[in-house]
Amino acid sequence: MAKRKLTRERLDALRMEAKTLLAADTREVLVCAGTGCIAGGSLNIYDALKAGCEARGLKTRVALHHENEDGSNALHFKKTGCHGFCEMGPLVQIEPDGILYTHVRLDDVEEILDKTVMKGEVVERLLYQLDGVSYARDSEIPFYKLQKRVVLENCGSTDAEDLEEYIARDGYAAFEKALFEMTDEQICKEILDSGLRGRGGAGFPAGRKWDSVRRQPKGKKYVVCNGDEGDPGAFMDRSIMEGNPHSIIEGMLIAALAAGSDEGYIYVRAEYPLAVERLRVAIDKAEKLGLLGERIMGTQFSFRLHINRGAGAFVCGEGSALTASIEGKRGMPRVKPPRTVEHGLWAQPTVLNNVETYANVPLIIRKGAGWFRSFGTEKSSGTKAFALTGNVVNTGLIEVPMGTTLREIIFDIGGGIRDGKKFKAVQIGGPAGGCLTEEHLDMPLDFDSLKSVGAIIGSGGLVVMDEDTCMVETARFFMSFTQNESCGKCVPCREGTKRMLEILTRIVNNEGTLSDLDLLESLSSTIKETALCGLGQAACNPVISTLKYFRDEYLAHVVDKHCPHCNGKKKGLVIDPDKCKGCGKCRKNCPMEAIAGEPRKPHTIDVDKCIKCGACMSNCPFGAISEEV
Amino acid sequence: MANKDVLRRVGEIVDGYDCRQENLIAIMQDIQNEYKYLSVDALELVAEKLGVGVAKVYSVATFYENFSLEAKGKYIVKVCCGTACHVRRSQPIYDGLREHLGLTGKRKTSDDGLFTLETVACLGACGLSPVMTVNDEVYPKMTPESAIELIESLRAKEGESDGKA
Repeated sequence: MAKRKLTRERLDALRMEAKTLLAADTREVLVCAGTGCIAGGSLNIYDALKAGCEARGLKTRVALHHENEDGSNALHFKKTGCHGFCEMGPLVQIEPDGILYTHVRLDDVEEILDKTVMKGEVVERLLYQLDGVSYARDSEIPFYKLQKRVVLENCGSTDAEDLEEYIARDGYAAFEKALFEMTDEQICKEILDSGLRGRGGAGFPAGRKWDSVRRQPKGKKYVVCNGDEGDPGAFMDRSIMEGNPHSIIEGMLIAALAAGSDEGYIYVRAEYPLAVERLRVAIDKAEKLGLLGERIMGTQFSFRLHINRGAGAFVCGEGSALTASIEGKRGMPRVKPPRTVEHGLWAQPTVLNNVETYANVPLIIRKGAGWFRSFGTEKSSGTKAFALTGNVVNTGLIEVPMGTTLREIIFDIGGGIRDGKKFKAVQIGGPAGGCLTEEHLDMPLDFDSLKSVGAIIGSGGLVVMDEDTCMVETARFFMSFTQNESCGKCVPCREGTKRMLEILTRIVNNEGTLSDLDLLESLSSTIKETALCGLGQAACNPVISTLKYFRDEYLAHVVDKHCPHCNGKKKGLVIDPDKCKGCGKCRKNCPMEAIAGEPRKPHTIDVDKCIKCGACMSNCPFGAISEEV
Repeated sequence: MANKDVLRRVGEIVDGYDCRQENLIAIMQDIQNEYKYLSVDALELVAEKLGVGVAKVYSVATFYENFSLEAKGKYIVKVCCGTACHVRRSQPIYDGLREHLGLTGKRKTSDDGLFTLETVACLGACGLSPVMTVNDEVYPKMTPESAIELIESLRAKEGESDGKA
């Protein structure tokens, strides 16, 4: 769209023009083109809807921009980023009425066109339904209503590949402000004042990081975006990269201004091909317009941006491993200090933040630190995106203010546990995190509260587990993951996780002993203190937290040799009430005090306490006790 | 794949990255993308053109999960074993497929050379769990039965095209 060299005036003019187009742009058909909905066939639905409109003589277009007057009446077809409501996909939304259709199939296309597009009627059966109520608009659905979508605002409503639409929604206005109106010091201060903490795990203040790089001697500096979202059960960053790639580019541009860098890298997981594609398109368009490249908008500031694809190593989410991988080496962490801000990519000072952190930056610069602080808590400001998955009714991508409680997330937004089962635990922060239980449901989710109970926000994966999940097996699952991903550089992690996995496997197979539990605890503390990087140090968190909150389940495996979740319903011994005379001999001989009953009345055995030792059986004079069938 | 054409193409790929060492991972990704695995000859050529030791190239190739030094089947089937898929029972799908494809021990590729079965640590499609992919196309909400059905439909498709040829 830009033939001439981009200047500030020209960008403003473009924005005004795009805003006018956007305001006039009312008739829209939005098809979710996130990984989830595409897997459900949403792209075919998009094609069918568009072809169907054209067959009915309606004008269509696929971008905000249109060449002639005619275009303004045309139906605007958009492939949007993830709506977040993946469980209900594929999703189709029809504007201006905001009607949201769920579980749309190719067969439904004709009906949607005939009724909704042509006549404005609603196809009742495709609406989201909850407790017998159908919801026509997404804004009314409890799943969305209770969220606060700031970073994800554009995901799901805009066309991820349309730069002009991003500009129309005040995109690159923050970069413009930072470039022309702010000094590097002011940018760092604004970010610091906002209280933005890294969204990738540890929660280090982004402003402090930027300022450290800024203070380094002048010279080559890098800005790197960590899009290696490896935590199983997390897909927030994937959705942002797919749904709003320009917000990341803009955030990185601002970081580069603040830190004095002229080159950046986005490192994306290999498992996210669509994210790579969308980022490529976005970078390409930004370069063509002149938002990336040499002497941007006539200033002294230049910035080039590259994409690196990961190759399937979880440890590359660790800062020094990630930079090693960008350099084309084995992705192994190194000893720190020196820290990445001093000695990062190619041994130069480097700003390294994750996707969601950068996506917050343009909003903070544009709306101010005070605005950002109006969300969340004192020490954890802003919002946080979470991937809500597992045994919960509404799985998907959500965004809530920091400090929201787990109860609100799981029961109000998530709709509770599937199949009417009971909540048991939620794993937060992936393999490096811990599990939270019933007693934590009302705890506010923020960096510090979570740390105090041995968990971390991590990148924000929330995997909900119901009463049928065995927590020992879950701990083994995470250990198996970490062990597999251990890079092998340091002994505590390489050997320690292997031994812990062996012990956990033994316990799950009911072959463990009580001393195994002590061994797990002592290994955990050793590895935590001695491993080289965060991967190893945090590897034991799932074990420590399950041992703390679900010790009874370990004991079921170790002592009873029977886990009700893994091995089915426990079979104990039973007393035949017809034969029992209530003599009490069994009660007196039971070592577990599992037998109760009044004298001369039939006694009963508590299956949960019974260890099937048989003492009662051999002492019963009436042969009333037998194994349960 | 040790024929001249392949090596020429590998050479082109390395040249496309200006023979720069830091692009080693991207170079191997491109090679694997075209040939599904990295042969010894290809790695040796890459090392030579980049001016680094074969050991260095080999060390990087073996470090990353995505690189394969063995030939793979025509269809690469990946069962997600991320947390969300795990709690919604993805393991029986993997076990079922292994049995169905007759894979034992360390073997990952079926006898007919059509299918290679792998696991993947989270595809980020947790909302649709359990998921699997066949040549990067995502199949949502699978069961052991539907997974086997999918394999069989692909196998039938292969049979058909063989018949025509």
